[in-house]
Amino acid sequence: MYETTYHRPASVAEAAALFAKGADAKYLAGGHTLIPVMKQRLAAPSDVIDLCRIKELVGIEATADALIIKAATPYYDITQSAAAKRAIPAIVHLTSMLGDPAVRYRGTIGGSIANNDPAADYPAAVLALGATVMTNKRLIPADEFFKGLFSTALAEDEIITAVSFPIPAKAAYSKMRHPASRFALTGVFVVKTKAGDVRVAATGASQDGVMRVPAIEAALKANWSAGALDGINISADGLMADIHGSSDYRANLIKVMAQRAVAEAG
Amino acid sequence: MGVEGIGASVVRKEDRRFITGRGRYVDDIKVLGLTHAHFIRSPHAHAKVKSIDASAAKEMPGVVDVLTGQQIVDDKVGNLICGWAVSSKDGTPMKMGAWPAMAPDTVRFVGQAVAVVIAETKNQARDAAEAVVVTYEELPAAAHIKAAIAKGAPQLHPEAPGNVVYDWALGDEKAVNDAFAKAANVVSLELVNNRLVPNAMEPRAAIAEYNEAEEHFTLHTTSQNPHVARLVLSAFYNIAPEHKLRVVAPDVGGGFGSKIFIYPEEMVALWASKKVRRPVKWTGDRTEAFLTDAHGRDHISHAEMAFDANNKILALRVKTHANFGAYMSLFSSSVPTYLYATLLSGQYNIPAIYAEVMGVYTNTTPVDAYRGAGRPEASYLLERLMETAARQLKVDPAELRRKNFITQFPHQTPVIMAYDVGDFGASLDAAMKAIDYAGFPARKAKAKSEGRLRGIGFSCYIEACGIAPSKAVGSLGAGVGLWESAEVRVNPVGTIEVLTGSHSHGQGHETTFAQLVAGRLGISVDQVQIVHGDTDKVQFGMGTYGSRSAAVGMSAIFKAMEKIEAKAKKIAAHQLEASVEDIVIENGEFKVTGTDKSIALPMVALAAYTAHNLPDGMEPGLKEGAFYDPTNFTFPAGAYICEIEVDAGTGKTHFVNFVAADDFGQLINPMIVEGQVHGGLAQGIGQAILEGAVYDDSGQLVTASFMDYTMPRADDLPSFKLSHTTTLCPGNPLGVKGCGEAGAIGSSAAVINAITDAIGHNKLEMPATPDRVWHAIQLQQAAE
Repeated sequence: MYETTYHRPASVAEAAALFAKGADAKYLAGGHTLIPVMKQRLAAPSDVIDLCRIKELVGIEATADALIIKAATPYYDITQSAAAKRAIPAIVHLTSMLGDPAVRYRGTIGGSIANNDPAADYPAAVLALGATVMTNKRLIPADEFFKGLFSTALAEDEIITAVSFPIPAKAAYSKMRHPASRFALTGVFVVKTKAGDVRVAATGASQDGVMRVPAIEAALKANWSAGALDGINISADGLMADIHGSSDYRANLIKVMAQRAVAEAG
Repeated sequence: MGVEGIGASVVRKEDRRFITGRGRYVDDIKVLGLTHAHFIRSPHAHAKVKSIDASAAKEMPGVVDVLTGQQIVDDKVGNLICGWAVSSKDGTPMKMGAWPAMAPDTVRFVGQAVAVVIAETKNQARDAAEAVVVTYEELPAAAHIKAAIAKGAPQLHPEAPGNVVYDWALGDEKAVNDAFAKAANVVSLELVNNRLVPNAMEPRAAIAEYNEAEEHFTLHTTSQNPHVARLVLSAFYNIAPEHKLRVVAPDVGGGFGSKIFIYPEEMVALWASKKVRRPVKWTGDRTEAFLTDAHGRDHISHAEMAFDANNKILALRVKTHANFGAYMSLFSSSVPTYLYATLLSGQYNIPAIYAEVMGVYTNTTPVDAYRGAGRPEASYLLERLMETAARQLKVDPAELRRKNFITQFPHQTPVIMAYDVGDFGASLDAAMKAIDYAGFPARKAKAKSEGRLRGIGFSCYIEACGIAPSKAVGSLGAGVGLWESAEVRVNPVGTIEVLTGSHSHGQGHETTFAQLVAGRLGISVDQVQIVHGDTDKVQFGMGTYGSRSAAVGMSAIFKAMEKIEAKAKKIAAHQLEASVEDIVIENGEFKVTGTDKSIALPMVALAAYTAHNLPDGMEPGLKEGAFYDPTNFTFPAGAYICEIEVDAGTGKTHFVNFVAADDFGQLINPMIVEGQVHGGLAQGIGQAILEGAVYDDSGQLVTASFMDYTMPRADDLPSFKLSHTTTLCPGNPLGVKGCGEAGAIGSSAAVINAITDAIGHNKLEMPATPDRVWHAIQLQQAAE
């Protein structure tokens, strides 16, 4: 690791001010991406601004219509939140399958979606649930937030403050773990909204990162059942391929994981 | 025999320091004036080194020196050696290219060192390494066996035309051809034995100190065999004569074979410590471990077995290509030959065997012994072939094996090995009972009715361990003898130190070796200290690998103990005014049998050292040494059965049950044996479904981190059901056979046999990842 200056601001405003002052500053959340990359000397930020100690960025609230998870809330807190379990149990289930216990004590939802790793779990939940990403500058609808691999609508200095998930009628997440990394080899989040709309998002599959799956959405809108997907054929075009999963295997997983998620959602 | 003697599950003495973080590993050692080494490594699989410009780096803060491959050649440091001479079938010796510790002109695998920075701190060395400018001229690379032996393939070494190190054969080709000509059935199989990265928890490390006044070197290093390291560093690498070089292997965090070898980094650290006249430390990181620790396995084989009309095996024919990587590592040549083809008879009566092995250079990390070393490859091939044969011949896989088992001992196989003892049927019976084989069809049918694919797979393995009788391995080309030595020191107060040439890096010798001594004398294991891993303390030793430490290392202690006891009895008899024949040892006392007269061990020891009242002519002291050279290999064997379910939607394998019935001969500490088997099974199952080192065509290691290389985790593995059937080894005084490698040798085939049984498709390579299993299911469904 090269030398860097570590900051621990007490407020979002102070964090943003520190960022503006730094020559090549980076925000730090759970650190599961930034710290390893710095240790490998592949990143050398002048300033590292730790967002995890900012009180206004930690906490979980549920209203009748939405579950709001503040950006620096660690995964562990989400898995333990009675409010989250009541509001959207699928989010708690997804979080409980994330990484390992050590990861869950440090990792944050804000860090995950800001990084937008193509195999991360949270982007699938945010996109499928049609969540709103709240920042220190604006509100960004999920459909406009994810912009391809490791890329989002966030400006360089923008800080996610919270994610607001509308409470659905039904939702579930099913994933096939990557054997080595335990990221999603492919994960599918299915949602039936209170308005009766169906949204389905897949992570770990597309070369462009998290994506909606229109063919599955249409079939489930017509018939919300695992069996409704039996005849669906997902194209392997544009899907990732590596030693742990060819593109046709991932295409199969999109369908199978969607079926299992629908069965889970009931 | 006391409760802490042989056969007791004594809690491991060494665990207190290990589990409280008080182990002392190489990286923990602090030395005054230490400098730190950082290696500059090739990013290319094959390239000419055109120039190395270290001028800017040498000016950077804290930099002591930058040393290059040309300097190590100029200083006449020897090239790395391969210590086992194997000849091709035409009689020509193996063809080896030179392997300098740092490459002066050509790099042949990604990660090969070309230079080293020595600096005051680790970070300063790393900073300066980034400022060293190395210019390469890239050459085409051959990253896989098939690419290396193809016409027009890039050539690695001028000494080895066609990248062939040797084209070796064992067995009677004509007898095999004749048997195939009259066979009623022939079963054949193409197999890949996947390449593995050892991944010991502790990466390799070295601290080299040069004492200028005494012209003496000390090397602390992660070694399974410090005396062998000293021998090789002295005799072949010209670092220092043996009496001017001390090698210490302190606590070592796992080896699995990968720490047998003497690597470039240790050599460079020693050489550099004299050059810069400061102690030099190098601790590898995980990436360096992936790129430079010797890999394991990597075979492509074609196997055929001939059967008569009664399903008795007539002959076996095997053609294997073995990947050696870019250079011949220390024992690499023996692994796919004398440790592989000699085990191809397995547990079976096979009248004729012919095995051909072509050893091939590729632009990859060198390949050498890894837990099992050749024997897992033989066992996997044979047991996949037997299961395939049972399916093709439409007979029960257990019955086909049983029909062909060797039942008379000793048994001379057609491939050198002479099995001394065993009861293969007993192990198979025990395993079948443990897994309720009779109930399997009902379980399979039930799973099928619930939409799941269930399968069962066998593997009846045998291994040659207790490595090895020196005369025998010498006749096969080994450059060393493989005996072991021990020294037992009874101190004046009656406590005991045992100095052994075996090295414990996870095996628990400090407990098991103490059990041997404690049991013989009827004392507590706490009174016995095992000393190992230091060439200044232990007279000599060949180290730990090949499941040899109990069969060979403990047998040496046994011999030394016999001498100790004989002398101690004489002293006791003298003190007690009794006849030496009447002295018996019980509960730490020397007793005159049939009387109440006795003298405690500490008093005997004290008498030996005060020497006030010893028998006439007896030398003072109570210390004896012994060398033990085995007369044969030992032959642990067993039966493993695996029952699995495959998720047809994802191809994911779920273990339902895994049973292992092993015959290790006498067990020293059943708890430690259980741990050894668990670890071996984890590695064998890891090879079967998780682990695989993958190179792309340009020779880049795709699986160079745990993000891509799947190390087994607890939740990947089932709870194992272990049992033992015992035939005592007649070849050593303890009746032990060895248990360290069995799990890794026997389990892979059982897993793949189970998965292929479940999916009904026999073509499936390791690691059988969900992706591969799913594709095999698709092929099978298309075929149906």
